[in-house]
Amino acid sequence: MIAKRIIPCLDVRAGQVTKGVRFLDNADVGDPVAMARYYYEQGADELVFYDITASNERRGIMIDVVRAVAREIFIPFSVGGGLRTLEDMRAVLLAGAEKVSIDSGAVRDPSLIAAGARAFGSQCVVLSMQVKRTGRAGLPSGHEVIIDGGRTPTRRDAFEWAREGERMGAGELCVNSIDADGTKAGYDLEITRMIADGVGIPVIASGGAGEPRHLLDAFTAGGADAAIVASIVHYGECTIPDLKRYLRGSGVEIREAINLDFRDEETKRSGT
Amino acid sequence: MIAIVDYKAGNLTSVARALEHLGHSCEITDRPERVRAADRAILPGVGAAGATMENLRALGLDEVLRNDVVGAGKPFLGICIGIQVLFDWSEEDDARCLGIIAGRVVRFPPAVDGRPLKVPQIGWNRVRQTQPHPVFRGVPDNTHFYFVNSYYPVPDDPALVIAASDHGVPFCAAVARDNVVATQFHLEKSGAAGLRLLDNFCRLEP
Repeated sequence: MIAKRIIPCLDVRAGQVTKGVRFLDNADVGDPVAMARYYYEQGADELVFYDITASNERRGIMIDVVRAVAREIFIPFSVGGGLRTLEDMRAVLLAGAEKVSIDSGAVRDPSLIAAGARAFGSQCVVLSMQVKRTGRAGLPSGHEVIIDGGRTPTRRDAFEWAREGERMGAGELCVNSIDADGTKAGYDLEITRMIADGVGIPVIASGGAGEPRHLLDAFTAGGADAAIVASIVHYGECTIPDLKRYLRGSGVEIREAINLDFRDEETKRSGT
Repeated sequence: MIAIVDYKAGNLTSVARALEHLGHSCEITDRPERVRAADRAILPGVGAAGATMENLRALGLDEVLRNDVVGAGKPFLGICIGIQVLFDWSEEDDARCLGIIAGRVVRFPPAVDGRPLKVPQIGWNRVRQTQPHPVFRGVPDNTHFYFVNSYYPVPDDPALVIAASDHGVPFCAAVARDNVVATQFHLEKSGAAGLRLLDNFCRLEP
């Protein structure tokens, strides 16, 4: 059985990690390569980096970060933020990312999903969607897709967009609730569950984790295959091993990251 | 030197970075003479069986792998699509493959016991070591490894299976025969355990 994944999210601005609370008021917490290595050693199952001030001038900085991270960690990681073309996607994959996360770019041009899946394989393409509860008519899931970092409503229904993304060839869906993001009050289980039940590809819950119980809820009531964590781990309230211990104790299939100091062992054996 | 066989598809640099991290020198190459000159070879990556085989044939690498690597007794490691093309045939693209190991490659069923199965499987799955093999040295049984696959191999000879896993159905996660080892999971993305297997492969005696 596939283990549920815990995925720390690192927001990167101009080469430095920040954590946006409701996308406002970013405070620096560190160097992305050092943080990536830290979470890798802690046993994170995957990492995601969002380039939150993606602009063409800054793209090169992010590519350098991706290249440096790829030399340090040997688990999958995805990169998102401002990817608008096949060439944008190719650049981060060639720099060493396992997956690309596309968001506003895919809403503006849904053919980007299919083109990415054709060029690199579906497993490389994560469709990330920012969703917000709404009373707007004509949106049966009660959740609207919002783009441009939470600024622009699209009048697209979140559930329908998820299904369309799967049809176009997305390999995974990341559902980030704008309402829950930064609140530490738990993931939006309703939309996560609706999408997880409605598609045949893995669904990643995002936004709102404030305590270990929230991850358990995402994996059980929310039906998610993976959960993104940010401030809960960035500010040391919980570590990845704490979360894993709690989830395993609650009966969730979780990967036990083993620590093999085999190079020491080799050194000892060869007597050098 | 270890040749990482470039067949113009998957992400080969991640395997190269893992080898460099472990201190093993390697070269990504699509040239038959460079693969022939290597002490051992790795066929890694993500891709479709049909396109992978077309590219290997176009580059003349199918014969090199069969005769000058596997046939010459050099250690050979296949990863992901690199395990699948070792077999006779793949259901993916109805592709005729290398035929180095007798058997076929089939797709996961869409549902098991009426419950839909997520295909491809993407994520960490437990790997049961069904028989001892030097590539597993130092790796505990039932360790999780990272998988991304819609298809899995079915060797004609079950005695070649060295590891198994489960995704709706039990499936072959690794095979070995003589100097050939191949895994369905991604060693280069499986953290410390994957690095250990990769290192063990690099130390196999030819």
